[in-house]
Amino acid sequence: MDVIRFLFRNHTQVLELTLEHLWLVGLSTVLAMLIGIPLGITIAHWPRWNKPVLASANIIQTIPSLALFGFLLPVPWLGARADRLAILALTLYALLPIIRNTYAGIRGVDAAVVEAGRGMGLTESQLLFQVELPLAVSVILSGVRIAVVISVGLATIAAAIGAGGLGEFIFRGLAMVDNRVILAGAIPAAIMALLADFGVGWLERQLRPR
Amino acid sequence: MPSENPTPVIEFSDVSFHAGQTQVLRGLTLQVAKGETLILLGRSGSGKTTTLKLINALVSPSSGEVLVNGATHREVDVIRLRRGIGYVIQEVGLFPHFTVARNIGLVPKIEGWKEDRVQARVQELLHLVGLEAEIAARYPHQLSGGQRQRVGVARALAADPEILLMDEPFGALDPLTRDELQREFLALRQRLNKTVVFVTHDLHEALRLGSRIALMEAGKLVTVLTPQEFVKSDDPWAAAYVRAFGDGLESIANRGSSWT
Repeated sequence: MDVIRFLFRNHTQVLELTLEHLWLVGLSTVLAMLIGIPLGITIAHWPRWNKPVLASANIIQTIPSLALFGFLLPVPWLGARADRLAILALTLYALLPIIRNTYAGIRGVDAAVVEAGRGMGLTESQLLFQVELPLAVSVILSGVRIAVVISVGLATIAAAIGAGGLGEFIFRGLAMVDNRVILAGAIPAAIMALLADFGVGWLERQLRPR
Repeated sequence: MPSENPTPVIEFSDVSFHAGQTQVLRGLTLQVAKGETLILLGRSGSGKTTTLKLINALVSPSSGEVLVNGATHREVDVIRLRRGIGYVIQEVGLFPHFTVARNIGLVPKIEGWKEDRVQARVQELLHLVGLEAEIAARYPHQLSGGQRQRVGVARALAADPEILLMDEPFGALDPLTRDELQREFLALRQRLNKTVVFVTHDLHEALRLGSRIALMEAGKLVTVLTPQEFVKSDDPWAAAYVRAFGDGLESIANRGSSWT
């Protein structure tokens, strides 16, 4: 009850931090999709690049997030603004599930369907946009869904380097040893993760091929 | 029987193909005349599917030349070439996210046909392969195996190709459906006068549908015979096939060739 009263009393700040959080997660997810989906398509068609690309994305994933934020801090243009840095770090973390699922989705398209398409005289780009991507879209989106949910959680840590977002409440609450303040950050973040999970999941079902 | 056409529609001259270390095809020389149905008969791994894919450039020869209408694949636009060759495979490979109508109409559509002309063509083809018009709105997963393969044939015929390549198209069907489709194939063949190359490992099918049978074994062409010649052949491989398939072959060979 205390938490709810706290949230209401500070609703402008809650809203502001939620929007910041959304901005961090949203932009980084879009960037990760713009990089990850083409990369996933590439390694699905040229398997030679499969190992190096997936291994790199894997390694990034193993770097502790706080350490990654720290490593990027001295980089000139990036370090100038904490939100840039947070968006880059979140983008890097979101890459792995998106690349991996795009790869799996495209590879999962029935080989006979692709062969029939090629044999009928579809060009490689017609094959990609009319056959492979529509058939892989739900697998790709489930990768995006994983990426978004991870991102919402990770973005709370971005507050440690001053990038804002709901993590501010969490860190402040930790410093003040005040559970209400911690929960004021944690609860909206959890709701956001659930909504994102539900929303992308819904989209995934809508676009699933019959 | 097919007359010796001066310019064969499809010509293999000393074609070899290897995938990595494995030699799939060795020194294949073969000609397919206009309007005939050439059967590629052989065991799994004999190179018959590879031979078929060489025609529509899904694979390229390691050495030798494949000519379609007198031109090698290097001399023509491969995409255009494939759009002029119907291709039917055992797994059918219908696009699961497209309706039957979109599956059949895809090539005409990307060729820039007007929508009403595409739809008219779809209806015409459904009728041709013995399917009801209302099937056009269904998705592939809502069809039976036989219906799917019929749609596959309709799709291959959509842009009215001169050549039809069929890779064990009826191999996965139950015997009754297969019989029905073979019979319709013969009727279609007579009406459409396409040049057909047909892969099978079933001698019955080969005798029934083919005007000539090219027998392949371990990447090599053993012999090319008419169905009637095949059942009487002294060739050890042909004789082995005849033995394996047992009695009654001659009547099939004679009945099957009645359309030529």
